Amino acid sequence: MRSNPYLAAVCALATTLTAPALASDIKVSDWDAISTAADGQTVYFNAWGGSEQINDYIAWAGDTLKERYGINLVHVKLDDTANAVSTVVAEAAAGRKSNGSIDLIWINGENFASMKEQQLLFAPDWVTQLPNWQLVDFETKPTVTVDFTIPTDGLEAPWGMAKLVFFHDSVRTQTDDMPDSAEELLQWAKANPGRFTYPQPPNFIGSSFLKQILIETTADPSVLQQPVKDEDFETVTAPLFTYLDQLHPNLWRSARAFPKDYPSMTQLLADGELEITFAFNPAEASNAIANQLLPDSVRSFTFSDGTLSNTHFLTIPFNANSKQAALMTANFLMSPEAQLRKQDVAIWGDPTVLAMDKLAPEEREAFAALDLGVATLKPDQLGPALLEPHASWMGRIEMEWAKRYGVAN
Amino acid sequence: MNLLRFAPALALSILVIPLACGLLGTILPAFGYLPALGGSTPNLDAWRSLAAEPGILRSTFQAFAIGLSATAISVLIVALFTAGWYGTRLFARLQAIVSPLLAVPHAAAAFGFAFMVMPSGFLARLVSPWATGWQAPPDILIVNDTLGIALVIGLVLKEVPFLLLMTLAALPQVPVRRSMRFAQSVGYGRVTGFMLTAWPTIYPQIRLAIYAVIAYATANVDMAIILGPTVPQTLPVRLAVWMSDPDLSTRFMACAGACLQIVITLMALITWFAIEKVFARARNFIALHGFRIQADLWTRWLSATAIILSAVLVFGGLAILAVWSISGLWQFPDALPQSFTARTWQRTWPRLDAPIWTTLIVGLAAIAISVTLAVACLVRENQTGRTGGSRALLMIYLPLLVPQIGFLFGLQLFFLASNTNASWFAVIMVHVMFVLPYVFLSLSAPWRAFDRRYEAIAAAMGKGAWSTLFQVRMPMLLRAILAAAAVGFAVSVGQYLPTLLVGAGRFATITTEAVALGAGGNRRVIGVYTFLQMAMPFIGFALAVMLPALIFRNRRAIRAV
Repeated sequence: MRSNPYLAAVCALATTLTAPALASDIKVSDWDAISTAADGQTVYFNAWGGSEQINDYIAWAGDTLKERYGINLVHVKLDDTANAVSTVVAEAAAGRKSNGSIDLIWINGENFASMKEQQLLFAPDWVTQLPNWQLVDFETKPTVTVDFTIPTDGLEAPWGMAKLVFFHDSVRTQTDDMPDSAEELLQWAKANPGRFTYPQPPNFIGSSFLKQILIETTADPSVLQQPVKDEDFETVTAPLFTYLDQLHPNLWRSARAFPKDYPSMTQLLADGELEITFAFNPAEASNAIANQLLPDSVRSFTFSDGTLSNTHFLTIPFNANSKQAALMTANFLMSPEAQLRKQDVAIWGDPTVLAMDKLAPEEREAFAALDLGVATLKPDQLGPALLEPHASWMGRIEMEWAKRYGVAN
Repeated sequence: MNLLRFAPALALSILVIPLACGLLGTILPAFGYLPALGGSTPNLDAWRSLAAEPGILRSTFQAFAIGLSATAISVLIVALFTAGWYGTRLFARLQAIVSPLLAVPHAAAAFGFAFMVMPSGFLARLVSPWATGWQAPPDILIVNDTLGIALVIGLVLKEVPFLLLMTLAALPQVPVRRSMRFAQSVGYGRVTGFMLTAWPTIYPQIRLAIYAVIAYATANVDMAIILGPTVPQTLPVRLAVWMSDPDLSTRFMACAGACLQIVITLMALITWFAIEKVFARARNFIALHGFRIQADLWTRWLSATAIILSAVLVFGGLAILAVWSISGLWQFPDALPQSFTARTWQRTWPRLDAPIWTTLIVGLAAIAISVTLAVACLVRENQTGRTGGSRALLMIYLPLLVPQIGFLFGLQLFFLASNTNASWFAVIMVHVMFVLPYVFLSLSAPWRAFDRRYEAIAAAMGKGAWSTLFQVRMPMLLRAILAAAAVGFAVSVGQYLPTLLVGAGRFATITTEAVALGAGGNRRVIGVYTFLQMAMPFIGFALAVMLPALIFRNRRAIRAV
């Protein structure tokens, strides 16, 4: 699935360490030249592969790209995007400036921050030169250009919107009884022990849950927008760990085991093992209902003071082998056609990054005609969006979590 | 036929050289030496970072304790069952039921077991809510428990059939009936009589198989991912994570961890020697004091129940998984889905053909090489009249006695150096390492039992050595050869770690995909993959039975061989 870093390391014997090449002879504005060169290229798309629905969607994109542009899209299924980043790091260390093994990465947050900082990305501001960029809502969606407080600078193309949303089955639990904040969630868990949990960090969704709690419990959340400082870390995160110390005895299996990821939690909700689950996609429940994974009595809720929200992106490593085809792929995935299909709850249900008022009338109608699904909240019911903390917080919190809770006592 | 002189040496080098290279490639980096990654001065940094990993002690102890107890329980069940039931109709029946368990890949068996016993699993659904009152599954930690009990049971489910078949292979060389009749005639209980007279001669013959089980159980990855503890995971699982971590600095620590794993397996083996000694003492004590122990009915039923239960859990679980793959909404506590749908198969099928082809190509190539080598070695054995003895047997077992995770990673280095890493060649060769021992072990007994007078007649009629081999012996042993090939194919299909590591994750087989998806918990998709994981070896065994019947449909005598 991922390239072998040893291979890269062995190459390092022959080559001296060099800074990755930043210049590029590809002119992104010359779209005709790009589409000519892309024909016949293979794009190794490194993307998390843990959801069947998403895998199916990527397979559809691959078929369409093949048919229209002669591009072979290969979905390299990752269980953690950090692995793709490390592969590029290894290749850079080995002086592999071209013929990299990765062409496109599904990315955001600390992984993007790390690649940008180490200059491992295809360098020109290519995103704003993609034809479909003109349709993106970069005016009212701030997370489309600022990723976990880091400006994207046109180095990653927005692909979809994400927001932390909770789910419950309205047959078994009443919507009115659902918690409306981290504190209420803790009280609910104490009253209903064993019916709530979160995926084991460093799983992305599990870590995101920790960030939600951190933002709600810490004294001054604005500190989180700055890079983490060693002397602050303990004070800022102390409320989070006090919270978790109280929450864990009341978690599913008393926190002696955790689900691996959010699809596992969806299954546990269907089984009746959990009463409250969550995902980073407002349409997750509707999508699961459409796929007969959940009963149609499942409903969504968020916290009225806001839940974590961000955008996920596509980026191209500096040494990608098929840059032209990767550009074509990113542009296609931002197209109204691909975005419409992505937002369809029967397919994936991932909210679009496009601005409705920039679309052609028939495209706008098609988006409006999409059935959001019975369990999806309307955009105005989703509550405020909480901004992601600076990317540096996550790694520290995950390490601390592993030390405190990753070893059974 | 002269070329065959090199066959045994070739076979042994295919087994032993990669093993030696792999161990070297693991040990050197553990002490900081790996020039390709900038490690040229020996140091203990890797060990320091290993020691600093949270929960590493617990992970290590778990690997040791889980592996050892799974082995002990399996051996105990097999010994008591053979002692209690050998020669009865129940024994023959259960043997027929348990044997196919051997063909079920570990991962598939683990999934089947998990979906039977988890709180929302099939067993709980069967008795809910009418007997238990459970409207929702109880919050009980069964699968992924912190003590690893689920993993121990999972391992036992797979190792009992293996040890039972090894015991059955050893039984004909022991006068079991006579010695048991004698022991019983002087008043010993059935089980005690067997354990005092027959077992001491059987045990040396299955000893290597038991050691292989210890090595497997202490270093298992795929079953541990599915059934084992998660906070923290067992040492082998953590090693597998570190080894596929492209962050290069993690590699040194992973190698140190792999060395630790080898030590752990070694310590488990040493502990086992001690257990052997204790049991020998106990046996002698019982024999010298003449304890007859006739009240052994409970051990007989206990062992029979264990065997029946293991078949029910695995096959029942796999059947339930097959139902999941065609189910619509299926909520607790419904024992059956509300609706059925072909949707999962329709959606998954287009993405299945690549893994199926990879599994087939690697498996078929590995058994072609393994069967050729095994036959060549056996022919050479006929020529020289020497079997190579116990030392050669140990060599053949060697790849099964060293924890896979202890040398596969180092082996990668050597494939890299020869620029064959992540190539078909590398993946097939590493499969041969594990397939060849099984093929050789299952082919050698019928081969050696072949009546050589047939060959003498052929030679007398003027046939050369080659034509005697291809026209007389091989056709007559076709059934045995195909059976050995089917065993080999089943072994190849089940390989998880070798495929993942040496294939650098680029060779997706049914098993690697199943384990990768399995942790994600989509039961419908897991159902599809485990169904295929099971179906492929079974088709192999079915062909091994049907082909000879078809080819020799008008030769009744050969069909009976």
